[in-house]
Amino acid sequence: MESSDPRLVLLAPEDNCVVVARALRRGERVTIDGAPVDVERAVGVGHKLARRPIARGEKVLKYGAVIGTASAPIARGEHVHTHNLESDYLPTYTLEPGRAFAAKQG
Amino acid sequence: MSALRGYLRADGCKGIRNVVAVAYLVECAHHVARAIAARFEDRPVHLIGFPGCYPNAYADRMLRRLCTHPNVGAVLLVSLGCESFNRRALEAHIRESGRPAATLVIQESGGTRRTVARGVEWVEEWLAELDGQIAVPMGLDEFVVGTVCGGSDGTSGITANPAIGRAFDLLIEGGAACIFEETGELVGCEHHMASRAATPALGEEIVRCVAKAARYYATLGHGSFAVGNADGGLTTQEEKSLGAYAKSGASRIAGLLKPGDQPPTGGLYLLDVVPDGEVRFGFPNINDNAEIAELIACGAHLVLFSTGRGSVVGSALAPVIKVCANPETYRKLEDDMDVDAGRILEGRATLDEVGREVFDLVLRVGNGAPTKSEALGHREFILTYKSFEPAGPACLPAAA
Repeated sequence: MESSDPRLVLLAPEDNCVVVARALRRGERVTIDGAPVDVERAVGVGHKLARRPIARGEKVLKYGAVIGTASAPIARGEHVHTHNLESDYLPTYTLEPGRAFAAKQG
Repeated sequence: MSALRGYLRADGCKGIRNVVAVAYLVECAHHVARAIAARFEDRPVHLIGFPGCYPNAYADRMLRRLCTHPNVGAVLLVSLGCESFNRRALEAHIRESGRPAATLVIQESGGTRRTVARGVEWVEEWLAELDGQIAVPMGLDEFVVGTVCGGSDGTSGITANPAIGRAFDLLIEGGAACIFEETGELVGCEHHMASRAATPALGEEIVRCVAKAARYYATLGHGSFAVGNADGGLTTQEEKSLGAYAKSGASRIAGLLKPGDQPPTGGLYLLDVVPDGEVRFGFPNINDNAEIAELIACGAHLVLFSTGRGSVVGSALAPVIKVCANPETYRKLEDDMDVDAGRILEGRATLDEVGREVFDLVLRVGNGAPTKSEALGHREFILTYKSFEPAGPACLPAAA
């Protein structure tokens, strides 16, 4: 669970995302793997940022395990969530007309 | 020195609480049962029941297990009179366990007012009797602990869940039986779980039961995933699963239970909460308390509840310890939380320290200390229609 930045947690060395441990403001500068990056939006505790660029169709790893597939290209430091990551098993239900759930209904 | 203090029942089990249960056998008897229990707000008189009018083998078995739970010392059943529930068989089952039991039938007792008065009188008498009972030493090998997560977020799998896993390892080392559950929230972890199974045949059963859960939820349209989970940073079912799985700790998996099955020995057990057969009655468990009720029906004396978003619930019959995963949530809901596991995320405690803290608190609660939700009067309970086949012989290798 080491990371160079106390606001972020890396759970396994092979992960391509890190977990936010302290709420981040829009534009706040964090350090991932020793290099700075500015977060493009406010991100809450428990959310994920990309550790490196992730291509559409690439697996996202957390805890050293696959948690789904990128549904859009993800830049380094970008918020990884329902807008760019989808389950390989079951669609995720949200109150927004989220693509995953809408696709299931449609 | 014994680890715990328990109330010895005639059937040989020991409970960490001495509860009078008041159980309604159909929604039509709910008000009367509640009115009886409400007269004893600050006493250990807990309301449980089943709302359905039509028979259901699962609900029947659940109420049998709950009414003869180690924490229960006496049971008052409240029936309207015309519902399908087999009240005579349930009362006979409770009496066979050596517990005092009585049934009030509203249609034969003169209606609401007179039934409430008779019920209050019966409860008063047995409360006084239970008050005189002396607690005896109880070992960890006589102890069952369950765990559930609710209102999970992206911190749950990093702080509270693995801390509960450490506490589970310590409890199991001492001889306790520990139960984790929600196979629908373990989708993606099935092969890792199978590798921890006591036998290869049990491993196959675990893989099969998670596949059943995935199919069941796929039919319903989405997984066991609430809106708050996504607000808290969880994106996919398998991500939630990996975090939830950490509650199980590192012990070998000794068996696979269905709701109401009792662990035959100490060790770690997985509870299969997803119904068998085609999708019939809707979501497997409609909320966290439905899962807590099933853990208690498996004999859990207390339940460790991990929460990130912040649940405030407790339960009827068994104390619930709230382990808060998210440090921001803890600051907002401190009065409801027993353990601040979010300290791990802020570098103020290690996982081992919080795991030990959870273990120590379990022992204190097992010696009579009230949890936050108990002190606040939380006694939630829900039981709905479900259907299960009995667990196969490979599920409990120790009992074979």
